[in-house]
Amino acid sequence: MTIPQLLVHDNKDNVGVVCVEGLTAGTDMLCVVTADDSSFHLTARDDVPIGHKVALKDLAAGDTAVKYGEDIGKIVADVKKGCHVHIHNLKTKRW
Amino acid sequence: MAAIRGNGTIHAYRRENGRVGVRNHVVILPLDDISNAACEAVANYIKGTMALPHAYGRLQFGADLNLQFRTMIGTGANPNVAACVVIGIEPGWTQRIVDGIAETGKPVVGFSIEQNGDINTVAAASRKAKEFVHWATELQREECSISDLWISTKCGESDTTTGLGSCPTVGNMYDKLIPQGIYGIFGETTEITGAEHICKARAINEEVGERWYAVWKAYQNEVIEAHKTDDLSDSQPTKGNFEGGLTTIEEKALGNLEKIGRTCRYIDVLEPAEAPKSGHGLYYMDTSSAAAECVTLMAAAGYVVHTFPTGQGNIVGNPIVPVIKLSANPRTVRTMSEHIDLDVSGILRRELTIDAAGDALIDMVVRTANGRNTAAEALGHREFVMTKLYRSA
Repeated sequence: MTIPQLLVHDNKDNVGVVCVEGLTAGTDMLCVVTADDSSFHLTARDDVPIGHKVALKDLAAGDTAVKYGEDIGKIVADVKKGCHVHIHNLKTKRW
Repeated sequence: MAAIRGNGTIHAYRRENGRVGVRNHVVILPLDDISNAACEAVANYIKGTMALPHAYGRLQFGADLNLQFRTMIGTGANPNVAACVVIGIEPGWTQRIVDGIAETGKPVVGFSIEQNGDINTVAAASRKAKEFVHWATELQREECSISDLWISTKCGESDTTTGLGSCPTVGNMYDKLIPQGIYGIFGETTEITGAEHICKARAINEEVGERWYAVWKAYQNEVIEAHKTDDLSDSQPTKGNFEGGLTTIEEKALGNLEKIGRTCRYIDVLEPAEAPKSGHGLYYMDTSSAAAECVTLMAAAGYVVHTFPTGQGNIVGNPIVPVIKLSANPRTVRTMSEHIDLDVSGILRRELTIDAAGDALIDMVVRTANGRNTAAEALGHREFVMTKLYRSA
Protein backbone atom coordinates (compact mmCIF):
# COMPACT_ATOMS: atom_id res chain seq x y z
CA MET A 1 0.00 0.00 0.00
CA THR A 2 1.21 3.50 -0.79
CA ILE A 3 2.32 5.39 2.30
CA PRO A 4 -0.23 8.08 3.21
CA GLN A 5 0.70 11.64 4.18
CA LEU A 6 -2.39 12.22 6.30
CA LEU A 7 -4.36 9.96 8.65
CA VAL A 8 -7.93 10.65 9.73
CA HIS A 9 -9.46 8.74 12.64
CA ASP A 10 -13.14 8.91 11.77
CA ASN A 11 -15.37 9.83 8.84
CA LYS A 12 -17.00 12.56 10.98
CA ASP A 13 -13.64 14.30 11.55
CA ASN A 14 -12.89 17.73 10.06
CA VAL A 15 -9.15 17.58 10.84
CA GLY A 16 -6.50 14.98 9.97
CA VAL A 17 -2.95 14.28 11.19
CA VAL A 18 0.20 14.60 9.09
CA CYS A 19 2.06 11.29 9.44
CA VAL A 20 5.23 12.01 7.44
CA GLU A 21 8.16 14.32 8.11
CA GLY A 22 8.85 17.41 6.01
CA LEU A 23 5.42 17.87 4.43
CA THR A 24 5.45 21.00 2.25
CA ALA A 25 2.68 23.27 0.96
CA GLY A 26 1.36 22.10 -2.38
CA THR A 27 1.76 18.39 -1.66
CA ASP A 28 -1.07 16.25 -2.99
CA MET A 29 -1.69 14.18 0.14
CA LEU A 30 -3.04 10.63 0.18
CA CYS A 31 -5.40 10.69 3.18
CA VAL A 32 -6.53 7.45 4.85
CA VAL A 33 -9.41 7.13 7.31
CA THR A 34 -8.22 4.56 9.85
CA ALA A 35 -11.77 3.59 10.90
CA ASP A 36 -12.56 1.95 7.54
CA ASP A 37 -9.38 2.29 5.43
CA SER A 38 -11.19 4.55 2.94
CA SER A 39 -9.03 7.18 1.27
CA PHE A 40 -9.16 10.55 -0.49
CA HIS A 41 -6.77 13.21 -1.70
CA LEU A 42 -6.22 16.72 -0.33
CA THR A 43 -3.68 19.41 -1.21
CA ALA A 44 -1.67 20.77 1.72
CA ARG A 45 -1.68 24.59 1.78
CA ASP A 46 0.98 25.01 4.51
CA ASP A 47 4.25 23.34 5.46
CA VAL A 48 3.03 21.16 8.34
CA PRO A 49 5.26 19.22 10.76
CA ILE A 50 4.69 15.53 11.44
CA GLY A 51 1.93 14.97 13.98
CA HIS A 52 0.27 18.32 13.37
CA LYS A 53 -3.25 18.73 12.05
CA VAL A 54 -4.68 19.88 8.72
CA ALA A 55 -8.23 21.14 8.09
CA LEU A 56 -10.21 18.78 5.85
CA LYS A 57 -12.61 21.60 4.91
CA ASP A 58 -12.94 25.35 5.41
CA LEU A 59 -13.49 26.01 9.12
CA ALA A 60 -14.78 29.29 10.58
CA ALA A 61 -14.20 30.83 14.00
CA GLY A 62 -16.78 29.35 16.34
CA ASP A 63 -16.84 25.96 14.61
CA THR A 64 -16.13 22.80 16.57
CA ALA A 65 -13.04 20.81 15.59
CA VAL A 66 -13.87 17.09 15.34
CA LYS A 67 -11.33 14.27 15.69
CA TYR A 68 -11.97 10.64 16.74
CA GLY A 69 -15.54 11.62 15.80
CA GLU A 70 -15.53 13.77 18.97
CA ASP A 71 -15.37 17.44 19.96
CA ILE A 72 -11.73 18.47 20.53
CA GLY A 73 -12.28 22.22 20.94
CA LYS A 74 -13.34 25.42 19.20
CA ILE A 75 -11.90 27.06 16.12
CA VAL A 76 -10.88 30.63 17.09
CA ALA A 77 -9.64 31.90 13.71
CA ASP A 78 -10.84 30.99 10.21
CA VAL A 79 -8.89 28.11 8.61
CA LYS A 80 -8.92 27.19 4.93
CA LYS A 81 -9.16 23.58 3.78
CA GLY A 82 -5.63 22.10 3.65
CA CYS A 83 -4.18 24.58 6.19
CA HIS A 84 -2.43 23.94 9.50
CA VAL A 85 -4.70 23.64 12.57
CA HIS A 86 -2.98 24.18 15.92
CA ILE A 87 -2.77 26.51 18.94
CA HIS A 88 -3.03 29.61 16.70
CA ASN A 89 -6.56 28.73 15.56
CA LEU A 90 -7.88 25.98 17.90
CA LYS A 91 -8.57 26.23 21.62
CA THR A 92 -9.96 23.96 24.33
CA LYS A 93 -13.55 24.48 25.47
CA ARG A 94 -12.45 23.53 29.01
CA TRP A 95 -10.22 25.39 31.44
CA MET B 1 -4.03 -13.20 17.48
CA ALA B 2 -0.61 -14.69 16.86
CA ALA B 3 0.65 -17.36 19.24
CA ILE B 4 2.12 -15.89 22.39
CA ARG B 5 5.81 -16.67 22.71
CA GLY B 6 6.21 -19.76 24.89
CA ASN B 7 2.47 -20.48 24.66
CA GLY B 8 1.71 -18.00 27.37
CA THR B 9 4.31 -19.15 29.86
CA ILE B 10 6.83 -16.84 31.45
CA HIS B 11 9.77 -17.53 33.74
CA ALA B 12 9.52 -15.42 36.83
CA TYR B 13 9.78 -15.38 40.63
CA ARG B 14 6.84 -16.76 42.59
CA ARG B 15 6.80 -15.00 45.95
CA GLU B 16 5.77 -16.18 49.41
CA ASN B 17 2.24 -14.77 48.97
CA GLY B 18 1.73 -16.41 45.57
CA ARG B 19 2.24 -13.23 43.55
CA VAL B 20 4.63 -13.32 40.58
CA GLY B 21 7.54 -10.92 40.19
CA VAL B 22 9.69 -10.38 37.11
CA ARG B 23 12.67 -8.78 38.88
CA ASN B 24 14.52 -9.82 42.01
CA HIS B 25 15.56 -6.60 43.71
CA VAL B 26 16.97 -6.26 47.22
CA VAL B 27 15.73 -2.80 48.13
CA ILE B 28 17.09 -0.38 50.73
CA LEU B 29 14.05 1.76 51.50
CA PRO B 30 14.24 5.07 53.36
CA LEU B 31 11.28 5.89 55.59
CA ASP B 32 11.95 9.59 55.11
CA ASP B 33 14.07 12.10 53.20
CA ILE B 34 16.73 12.39 55.92
CA SER B 35 17.39 8.62 55.81
CA ASN B 36 18.30 8.70 52.11
CA ALA B 37 22.01 9.12 52.86
CA ALA B 38 22.20 5.99 55.03
CA CYS B 39 20.27 3.96 52.45
CA GLU B 40 22.52 5.14 49.64
CA ALA B 41 25.59 4.28 51.74
CA VAL B 42 24.31 0.71 52.23
CA ALA B 43 23.50 0.36 48.53
CA ASN B 44 26.94 1.66 47.56
CA TYR B 45 28.59 -0.80 49.92
CA ILE B 46 26.53 -3.97 49.34
CA LYS B 47 26.51 -4.83 45.65
CA GLY B 48 23.25 -6.15 44.28
CA THR B 49 21.10 -3.84 46.41
CA MET B 50 19.31 -0.68 45.38
CA ALA B 51 18.42 2.38 47.45
CA LEU B 52 15.18 4.22 46.67
CA PRO B 53 15.79 7.82 47.80
CA HIS B 54 12.78 10.14 47.83
CA ALA B 55 11.83 13.60 49.02
CA TYR B 56 9.23 13.14 51.78
CA GLY B 57 8.16 11.27 54.89
CA ARG B 58 8.34 13.93 57.60
CA LEU B 59 5.45 15.79 59.26
CA GLN B 60 2.83 14.44 56.93
CA PHE B 61 -0.63 13.78 58.36
CA GLY B 62 -4.10 12.52 57.49
CA ALA B 63 -4.81 11.29 53.97
CA ASP B 64 -1.42 12.53 52.76
CA LEU B 65 0.39 10.44 55.39
CA ASN B 66 -1.77 7.42 54.60
CA LEU B 67 -0.81 7.75 50.94
CA GLN B 68 2.87 8.02 51.90
CA PHE B 69 2.67 4.81 53.95
CA ARG B 70 0.66 3.05 51.24
CA THR B 71 3.27 3.99 48.66
CA MET B 72 6.24 2.94 50.81
CA ILE B 73 4.71 -0.33 51.98
CA GLY B 74 3.37 -1.13 48.50
CA THR B 75 6.77 -0.56 46.96
CA GLY B 76 8.49 -2.91 49.41
CA ALA B 77 5.66 -5.43 49.03
CA ASN B 78 5.81 -5.43 45.19
CA PRO B 79 6.65 -8.94 43.91
CA ASN B 80 9.61 -7.52 41.94
CA VAL B 81 11.26 -6.97 45.33
CA ALA B 82 12.77 -10.13 46.87
CA ALA B 83 13.73 -8.62 50.20
CA CYS B 84 13.80 -5.20 51.80
CA VAL B 85 15.81 -3.24 54.36
CA VAL B 86 13.99 -0.19 55.75
CA ILE B 87 15.91 2.67 57.37
CA GLY B 88 14.18 5.56 59.14
CA ILE B 89 15.09 8.32 61.52
CA GLU B 90 13.04 6.80 64.38
CA PRO B 91 11.80 3.27 65.10
CA GLY B 92 8.01 3.81 65.26
CA TRP B 93 7.14 4.67 61.69
CA THR B 94 10.05 2.51 60.45
CA GLN B 95 8.43 -0.52 62.08
CA ARG B 96 5.06 0.42 60.58
CA ILE B 97 6.62 0.13 57.10
CA VAL B 98 8.37 -3.13 58.03
CA ASP B 99 5.14 -4.64 59.39
CA GLY B 100 3.24 -3.69 56.26
CA ILE B 101 5.80 -5.26 53.95
CA ALA B 102 6.12 -8.34 56.19
CA GLU B 103 2.48 -9.27 55.45
CA THR B 104 3.72 -10.58 52.10
CA GLY B 105 5.96 -13.08 53.92
CA LYS B 106 9.14 -11.74 52.30
CA PRO B 107 12.29 -10.99 54.34
CA VAL B 108 12.23 -7.43 55.66
CA VAL B 109 13.96 -5.72 58.55
CA GLY B 110 14.09 -2.14 59.83
CA PHE B 111 16.83 0.05 61.31
CA SER B 112 16.51 3.47 62.91
CA ILE B 113 19.12 6.17 63.16
CA GLU B 114 18.33 8.08 66.40
CA GLN B 115 20.65 6.98 69.24
CA ASN B 116 22.77 5.09 66.68
CA GLY B 117 23.92 7.64 64.11
CA ASP B 118 24.35 7.04 60.40
CA ILE B 119 27.60 5.07 60.66
CA ASN B 120 26.42 2.40 63.09
CA THR B 121 23.09 2.17 61.30
CA VAL B 122 24.78 1.72 57.94
CA ALA B 123 27.04 -0.99 59.39
CA ALA B 124 24.16 -2.97 60.89
CA ALA B 125 21.91 -2.51 57.86
CA SER B 126 24.75 -3.51 55.52
CA ARG B 127 25.23 -6.84 57.30
CA LYS B 128 21.53 -7.61 56.91
CA ALA B 129 21.47 -6.40 53.29
CA LYS B 130 24.40 -8.70 52.50
CA GLU B 131 22.48 -11.66 53.96
CA PHE B 132 19.47 -10.74 51.84
CA VAL B 133 21.61 -10.56 48.68
CA HIS B 134 23.02 -14.05 49.29
CA TRP B 135 19.50 -15.36 49.84
CA ALA B 136 17.85 -13.56 46.91
CA THR B 137 20.53 -14.46 44.39
CA GLU B 138 19.86 -18.15 44.97
CA LEU B 139 16.17 -17.80 44.11
CA GLN B 140 15.33 -19.34 40.74
CA ARG B 141 12.92 -18.21 38.09
CA GLU B 142 10.19 -20.77 37.58
CA GLU B 143 7.52 -21.40 34.99
CA CYS B 144 4.51 -19.14 35.50
CA SER B 145 1.65 -18.06 33.26
CA ILE B 146 1.36 -14.76 31.45
CA SER B 147 -2.00 -14.53 33.26
CA ASP B 148 -0.03 -14.12 36.52
CA LEU B 149 1.19 -10.73 35.34
CA TRP B 150 -0.10 -7.40 36.60
CA ILE B 151 0.52 -4.94 33.74
CA SER B 152 0.06 -1.18 34.16
CA THR B 153 -0.05 1.58 31.57
CA LYS B 154 0.40 5.31 31.39
CA CYS B 155 1.54 7.34 28.37
CA GLY B 156 3.81 10.38 28.29
CA GLU B 157 5.06 13.21 26.10
CA SER B 158 2.09 12.29 23.97
CA ASP B 159 1.50 13.60 20.50
CA THR B 160 -1.01 12.76 17.81
CA THR B 161 0.91 9.59 16.95
CA THR B 162 0.19 8.14 20.39
CA GLY B 163 -3.54 8.31 19.69
CA LEU B 164 -3.00 6.82 16.23
CA GLY B 165 -0.48 4.13 17.08
CA SER B 166 1.15 3.44 20.43
CA CYS B 167 -1.91 3.88 22.70
CA PRO B 168 -4.17 1.65 20.53
CA THR B 169 -1.33 -0.92 20.61
CA VAL B 170 -1.56 -1.04 24.42
CA GLY B 171 -5.35 -1.19 24.11
CA ASN B 172 -5.05 -4.15 21.78
CA MET B 173 -2.75 -5.89 24.28
CA TYR B 174 -5.31 -5.37 27.06
CA ASP B 175 -8.16 -6.59 24.84
CA LYS B 176 -6.18 -9.82 24.36
CA LEU B 177 -4.66 -10.31 27.83
CA ILE B 178 -7.42 -9.12 30.20
CA PRO B 179 -9.64 -12.07 29.12
CA GLN B 180 -6.69 -14.36 29.90
CA GLY B 181 -6.75 -13.26 33.54
CA ILE B 182 -4.14 -10.52 33.93
CA TYR B 183 -4.61 -7.44 36.10
CA GLY B 184 -4.46 -4.17 34.12
CA ILE B 185 -4.60 -0.56 35.27
CA PHE B 186 -4.85 2.94 33.82
CA GLY B 187 -5.21 6.34 35.48
CA GLU B 188 -4.29 9.98 34.75
CA THR B 189 -7.40 11.73 36.05
CA THR B 190 -6.53 15.13 34.50
CA GLU B 191 -6.03 13.60 31.11
CA ILE B 192 -9.48 12.09 30.80
CA THR B 193 -10.89 15.63 30.55
CA GLY B 194 -12.68 15.81 27.22
CA ALA B 195 -13.25 12.07 27.09
CA GLU B 196 -14.99 11.66 30.45
CA HIS B 197 -18.26 10.61 28.79
CA ILE B 198 -16.42 7.76 27.04
CA CYS B 199 -14.49 6.72 30.14
CA LYS B 200 -17.58 6.69 32.32
CA ALA B 201 -19.32 4.43 29.80
CA ARG B 202 -16.43 1.95 29.84
CA ALA B 203 -17.06 0.91 33.46
CA ILE B 204 -18.31 -2.63 34.07
CA ASN B 205 -21.59 -1.22 35.42
CA GLU B 206 -23.29 2.05 36.26
CA GLU B 207 -22.24 2.02 39.93
CA VAL B 208 -18.53 1.80 39.03
CA GLY B 209 -19.00 4.40 36.30
CA GLU B 210 -20.58 6.81 38.78
CA ARG B 211 -17.73 6.25 41.25
CA TRP B 212 -15.25 6.97 38.47
CA TYR B 213 -17.12 10.12 37.49
CA ALA B 214 -17.13 11.33 41.11
CA VAL B 215 -13.32 10.97 41.22
CA TRP B 216 -12.92 12.88 37.97
CA LYS B 217 -15.37 15.59 39.04
CA ALA B 218 -13.66 16.00 42.41
CA TYR B 219 -10.39 16.64 40.62
CA GLN B 220 -12.04 19.30 38.43
CA ASN B 221 -13.58 21.02 41.45
CA GLU B 222 -10.80 20.73 44.01
CA VAL B 223 -7.72 21.18 41.84
CA ILE B 224 -8.58 22.72 38.48
CA GLU B 225 -11.19 25.22 39.69
CA ALA B 226 -9.06 26.15 42.71
CA HIS B 227 -5.81 26.71 40.84
CA LYS B 228 -6.57 26.97 37.15
CA THR B 229 -4.69 29.13 34.70
CA ASP B 230 -5.16 29.40 30.97
CA ASP B 231 -4.40 25.94 29.51
CA LEU B 232 -2.92 24.99 32.91
CA SER B 233 0.25 27.04 32.33
CA ASP B 234 1.30 24.85 29.39
CA SER B 235 1.18 21.81 31.66
CA GLN B 236 -1.92 20.19 30.19
CA PRO B 237 -1.22 19.89 27.29
CA THR B 238 2.53 20.29 27.77
CA LYS B 239 5.03 22.12 25.58
CA GLY B 240 6.10 18.72 24.27
CA ASN B 241 2.49 17.88 23.40
CA PHE B 242 2.20 21.13 21.42
CA GLU B 243 5.45 20.39 19.59
CA GLY B 244 4.00 17.01 18.65
CA GLY B 245 0.83 18.55 17.24
CA LEU B 246 -1.60 18.04 20.13
CA THR B 247 -3.59 21.23 20.67
CA THR B 248 -6.23 20.72 23.36
CA ILE B 249 -6.85 18.62 26.45
CA GLU B 250 -9.89 17.07 24.74
CA GLU B 251 -7.72 15.83 21.87
CA LYS B 252 -5.08 14.57 24.29
CA ALA B 253 -7.68 12.74 26.41
CA LEU B 254 -9.23 10.96 23.44
CA GLY B 255 -5.80 9.67 22.40
CA ASN B 256 -4.92 8.72 25.97
CA LEU B 257 -8.06 6.61 26.35
CA GLU B 258 -7.08 4.51 23.33
CA LYS B 259 -4.91 2.60 25.85
CA ILE B 260 -7.90 0.70 27.20
CA GLY B 261 -8.75 -0.88 23.90
CA ARG B 262 -12.16 -1.64 22.51
CA THR B 263 -13.67 -4.44 24.56
CA CYS B 264 -12.33 -4.54 28.13
CA ARG B 265 -14.12 -2.66 30.87
CA TYR B 266 -12.72 -1.42 34.18
CA ILE B 267 -14.11 -3.21 37.21
CA ASP B 268 -13.10 -0.91 40.08
CA VAL B 269 -11.80 2.57 40.91
CA LEU B 270 -8.75 2.72 43.18
CA GLU B 271 -7.23 5.38 45.41
CA PRO B 272 -3.63 6.33 44.56
CA ALA B 273 -1.30 3.37 45.37
CA GLU B 274 -4.23 1.19 46.48
CA ALA B 275 -3.87 -2.51 45.67
CA PRO B 276 -6.69 -4.06 43.63
CA LYS B 277 -9.10 -6.23 45.64
CA SER B 278 -11.75 -7.24 43.11
CA GLY B 279 -9.91 -10.02 41.29
CA HIS B 280 -8.38 -10.02 37.82
CA GLY B 281 -9.41 -7.44 35.25
CA LEU B 282 -8.84 -3.79 34.35
CA TYR B 283 -8.74 -1.12 37.08
CA TYR B 284 -8.76 2.66 37.18
CA MET B 285 -6.49 4.49 39.64
CA ASP B 286 -6.89 8.16 40.55
CA THR B 287 -3.43 9.48 39.66
CA SER B 288 -1.65 12.53 38.39
CA SER B 289 -0.64 12.42 34.74
CA ALA B 290 2.99 13.18 35.64
CA ALA B 291 4.86 10.07 34.50
CA ALA B 292 7.10 9.30 37.45
CA GLU B 293 4.36 9.93 40.02
CA CYS B 294 1.88 7.75 38.17
CA VAL B 295 4.24 4.81 37.54
CA THR B 296 5.39 4.95 41.19
CA LEU B 297 1.75 4.71 42.38
CA MET B 298 0.97 1.79 40.06
CA ALA B 299 4.13 -0.04 41.18
CA ALA B 300 3.08 0.51 44.79
CA ALA B 301 -0.29 -1.09 43.98
CA GLY B 302 1.59 -4.25 42.99
CA TYR B 303 1.94 -3.98 39.20
CA VAL B 304 5.12 -5.66 37.91
CA VAL B 305 5.43 -4.60 34.25
CA HIS B 306 4.58 -1.17 32.84
CA THR B 307 3.74 -0.39 29.20
CA PHE B 308 4.46 3.23 28.29
CA PRO B 309 3.43 4.68 24.93
CA THR B 310 5.27 7.87 24.04
CA GLY B 311 5.11 10.25 21.11
CA GLN B 312 7.77 12.90 21.60
CA GLY B 313 9.92 10.68 23.79
CA ASN B 314 9.29 10.59 27.53
CA ILE B 315 12.31 8.82 29.06
CA VAL B 316 10.87 7.83 32.46
CA GLY B 317 11.73 4.61 34.27
CA ASN B 318 11.03 3.10 37.67
CA PRO B 319 13.48 1.50 40.10
CA ILE B 320 11.55 -1.73 40.67
CA VAL B 321 9.26 -2.08 37.64
CA PRO B 322 10.50 -2.46 34.05
CA VAL B 323 8.94 0.31 31.93
CA ILE B 324 8.50 -0.77 28.30
CA LYS B 325 8.54 2.21 25.90
CA LEU B 326 6.76 2.08 22.59
CA SER B 327 6.44 4.81 20.01
CA ALA B 328 4.72 5.26 16.66
CA ASN B 329 6.50 8.53 15.88
CA PRO B 330 9.24 7.80 13.29
CA ARG B 331 11.16 10.95 14.24
CA THR B 332 11.28 9.93 17.91
CA VAL B 333 12.24 6.35 17.03
CA ARG B 334 15.08 7.74 14.92
CA THR B 335 16.36 10.52 17.18
CA MET B 336 15.84 8.78 20.56
CA SER B 337 16.25 5.14 19.62
CA GLU B 338 18.07 4.28 22.85
CA HIS B 339 14.87 4.94 24.80
CA ILE B 340 12.46 2.91 22.66
CA ASP B 341 11.85 -0.81 23.28
CA LEU B 342 9.21 -1.28 20.59
CA ASP B 343 8.96 0.68 17.33
CA VAL B 344 5.37 0.73 16.06
CA SER B 345 5.87 3.57 13.57
CA GLY B 346 4.83 1.14 10.82
CA ILE B 347 1.26 1.89 11.92
CA LEU B 348 1.58 5.41 10.49
CA ARG B 349 2.86 4.02 7.18
CA ARG B 350 -0.04 1.52 7.15
CA GLU B 351 2.54 -1.29 7.06
CA LEU B 352 1.65 -2.55 10.55
CA THR B 353 -1.87 -3.21 11.82
CA ILE B 354 -2.92 -2.43 15.38
CA ASP B 355 -3.56 -6.16 15.81
CA ALA B 356 0.00 -7.06 14.77
CA ALA B 357 1.41 -4.23 16.90
CA GLY B 358 -0.53 -5.58 19.90
CA ASP B 359 1.00 -9.01 19.34
CA ALA B 360 4.47 -7.45 19.14
CA LEU B 361 3.87 -5.68 22.44
CA ILE B 362 2.70 -8.90 24.12
CA ASP B 363 5.89 -10.52 22.85
CA MET B 364 7.94 -7.68 24.36
CA VAL B 365 6.05 -8.01 27.66
CA VAL B 366 6.88 -11.74 27.75
CA ARG B 367 10.55 -11.09 26.95
CA THR B 368 10.69 -8.38 29.62
CA ALA B 369 9.01 -10.62 32.16
CA ASN B 370 11.55 -13.32 31.34
CA GLY B 371 14.38 -10.94 32.18
CA ARG B 372 15.14 -8.69 29.21
CA ASN B 373 16.15 -5.31 30.60
CA THR B 374 14.18 -2.40 29.18
CA ALA B 375 15.77 0.70 27.70
CA ALA B 376 14.89 2.62 30.87
CA GLU B 377 16.55 -0.05 33.03
CA ALA B 378 19.70 -0.12 30.89
CA LEU B 379 19.90 3.67 30.95
CA GLY B 380 19.51 3.79 34.74
CA HIS B 381 16.13 5.52 34.91
CA ARG B 382 14.97 4.92 38.48
CA GLU B 383 12.45 7.69 39.03
CA PHE B 384 10.75 7.08 42.39
CA VAL B 385 8.44 10.01 43.02
CA MET B 386 5.87 10.44 45.76
CA THR B 387 2.45 11.92 45.15
CA LYS B 388 1.88 14.67 47.73
CA LEU B 389 -1.72 15.63 48.49
CA TYR B 390 -1.03 18.81 50.50
CA ARG B 391 1.60 20.69 52.54
CA SER B 392 3.15 18.91 55.49
CA ALA B 393 2.46 20.07 59.03
